[in-house]
Amino acid sequence: MKALALLATLVTGAILLYGTQDFAAWGDPESPPNRHVSRYYITETVKETHVPNIVTAVVADYRGYDTMFETVVIYCAGLVVVSVLRRRES
Amino acid sequence: MKQVQERARTRAVGESLIIQTAVRLMVPFIQLFGLYVIVHGHYSPGGGFQGGVILGASFILTAVAFDLQTSLKRFSERTNAIMGNAGVLLYTGVGLLCALLGGLFLDYSALVRIIPMDPVEWRSLGIFLVEVGVGLAVMSIMASLYWDLSSRGELDEGL
Repeated sequence: MKALALLATLVTGAILLYGTQDFAAWGDPESPPNRHVSRYYITETVKETHVPNIVTAVVADYRGYDTMFETVVIYCAGLVVVSVLRRRES
Repeated sequence: MKQVQERARTRAVGESLIIQTAVRLMVPFIQLFGLYVIVHGHYSPGGGFQGGVILGASFILTAVAFDLQTSLKRFSERTNAIMGNAGVLLYTGVGLLCALLGGLFLDYSALVRIIPMDPVEWRSLGIFLVEVGVGLAVMSIMASLYWDLSSRGELDEGL
């Protein structure tokens, strides 16, 4: 069973590593995301939100839906630990 | 986990005056720094997640240096649960309020219908409200994870 799990992990890891070959080169200004959204964020963020830190504006405003569920994921993790471990003193 | 707890129980560490005094002096500044990281996320690296973790770490530090009971006396489990729930509700509530006021979900500029202000300023303020919600949630989850994991859910004595 353990050997099977190891095999599954290795195969999945190899597939994921193979998939990284199609990534754009690191910092390539002509890669698709850099030609589309990055340029928009860099030029428009301060005008649209008055937040000098572009990362904060992207995380909490443009991608607010994503951050909301990140918070919910952390909340669920805490909820599960409390509901599994917490014992009421008898 | 059990082994670590057993080692902590049998090894006579005792309370250290040096550590306790140092922690007592450091914790207020750590918490102040955590609040600074949350509210200054607009201008410098930081934000809700990072600031929340720093705030949670200050409670964990109290629990490590003193014991779990001292930490719980300062910040009870009930308050912790209320703050964690309030944080998540603040985030989702702000988003829902935007939708109810006729904008898109999490489009903070719709909040001009509550307080008339430049919609751009409202987007900035909405980011701040949301970051505070994230900070509260992360802080209470970090503290409660440590409390429950270190005492096997009994909250009697920590590590």
